[in-house]
Amino acid sequence: MILARAEKVSKRYGDTTAVDGVSLDVAAGELVGLLGPNGAGKSTLVQLFTGQRRPTGGRVELCGGDPRDPAHRRRLGVTPQETGLPQTLRVGEVVDFVARHYADPLGRAELLTRFGLDDLVRRQTGGLSGGQKRRLAVALAFVGRPQIVFLDEPTTGLDVEARRALWDAVRAFHADGGTVVLTSHYLEEIEALATRAVVVGGGRVLADDTVDAVRGSVGRRRVSLTVAGGVPELPGVLAVETEGDRTHLYTADADRTVRDLVAARVPFHDLEVRPTSLEEAFLTLTAV
Amino acid sequence: MSLTLTHARFHLLEAVRIPVALIGSAFFPAASMLFFVVPFTRDDAVGATYATASMLTFTVMTTNLFQYGIGVATDRDQPWSPYLRTLPSGPLPSFAGRIVAGLAMMLLSLIPVLVVAALLTPATVSPGGLVAGLGALVLAAVPFTLMGLAIGYALPAKAAIVAAQVLFLPLAFGGGLFTGGPGNEPGFVATVAPYLPTRGAAELMWAAVTDFPLNGTSMAALIVWTVALLGAAVWAYRRDEGRRFS
Repeated sequence: MILARAEKVSKRYGDTTAVDGVSLDVAAGELVGLLGPNGAGKSTLVQLFTGQRRPTGGRVELCGGDPRDPAHRRRLGVTPQETGLPQTLRVGEVVDFVARHYADPLGRAELLTRFGLDDLVRRQTGGLSGGQKRRLAVALAFVGRPQIVFLDEPTTGLDVEARRALWDAVRAFHADGGTVVLTSHYLEEIEALATRAVVVGGGRVLADDTVDAVRGSVGRRRVSLTVAGGVPELPGVLAVETEGDRTHLYTADADRTVRDLVAARVPFHDLEVRPTSLEEAFLTLTAV
Repeated sequence: MSLTLTHARFHLLEAVRIPVALIGSAFFPAASMLFFVVPFTRDDAVGATYATASMLTFTVMTTNLFQYGIGVATDRDQPWSPYLRTLPSGPLPSFAGRIVAGLAMMLLSLIPVLVVAALLTPATVSPGGLVAGLGALVLAAVPFTLMGLAIGYALPAKAAIVAAQVLFLPLAFGGGLFTGGPGNEPGFVATVAPYLPTRGAAELMWAAVTDFPLNGTSMAALIVWTVALLGAAVWAYRRDEGRRFS
């Protein structure tokens, strides 16, 4: 069963195109990671799926209908931005408030225990630490016993222990049959949780595959060198970039590229090999 | 309905947790009563009744102008309001809840004025007049609620605060709310007052609690203001929806 579907969906704000002809299906029981740099269109895509925005073109479906119709959001859970939590309300009051919107919500105690927030029930959210706010925000997505949750950067700013605890909660929900769409700009987070990764850049889907396959395509190395007179075309080099007198070669196999450089007697110096950051990996994905 | 009350409770909790704001909205009208009404109406029951009604109108105007103008503008800046859009309810319970909470807050800030009037002035009102007066207050609240909503949806929070502050004094003074009953206001105020919504609202109150006859010009102006402010509020709301949610 398809729980969320985008068909050639576009979203333009004036002259900017945030989402550009995206088609994407999320089936029940999937744990999908939406991966992309800031400004890639992830958030807009999530806003379209969760009924906060109307597409400029194409169609979005959630639980069998238009997500802008409240009836189709009965089994949806979303994390608010933790900076938006109502500061003067207590944790328990915020949970109760959200719970009243659902027909069959989780009990408050059960939810707070699951996310390690029991001790904080009487605390005003404005007095929570950043990590506690983040946990509360993620917990709110699960209040209504959702079928599908959209978690936007769920562990940004959490320490390692809190991050693991949250991952466990997400995994438990998924193991019970829940569907998760997770955005992150950390490849590590997607690797830890998701089975399928959708790479978004420039408002388009650049890759949609298993996490392993996507790791292969974005897990590139950058070979940098200073060389007079340019670098010959080498097999396996996906993109070339020059920056001052430095040349950067993006490659899936750095060892082979270096061997090829030597074999071709390229007079390089200051050789440097390092893993590409995700941001750089996206550059090469868009370039290919 | 129960969701509306859930949202109303949410707004009231937020208000109660910052008691200074509550005291602020009740303090100014009560203080105005003590300084401007109590000393000047010692033996004048009719004058005291008019002045109290004017001060109640003033309270209705300021609480609504500020609570909606600033409240809505502030909430629009918060990422919490787009989150509410993902919950399985339309925008109506949230809006209706805000209005219910706003009415409650307004009634709360009227209490000190009524207490001062009852204990320290010779103002009188019949039981029927009291009921009619409460009805008039709710009617009088309509244009100022709409004015607050228009400001709140049209302007960012910092600008909304300034707009509410710039508007409330000329509206109150120009409408003759600080000068007790009809006929006491300075000449130029008497000229402009019938065309201001504050005067129409005050006259509704006067007619409810005294034998004041309603004035056609003021009532027509009040209706025109209410319709115009409704138009402005709907326009601002739609424009905001278009910017944030389309």
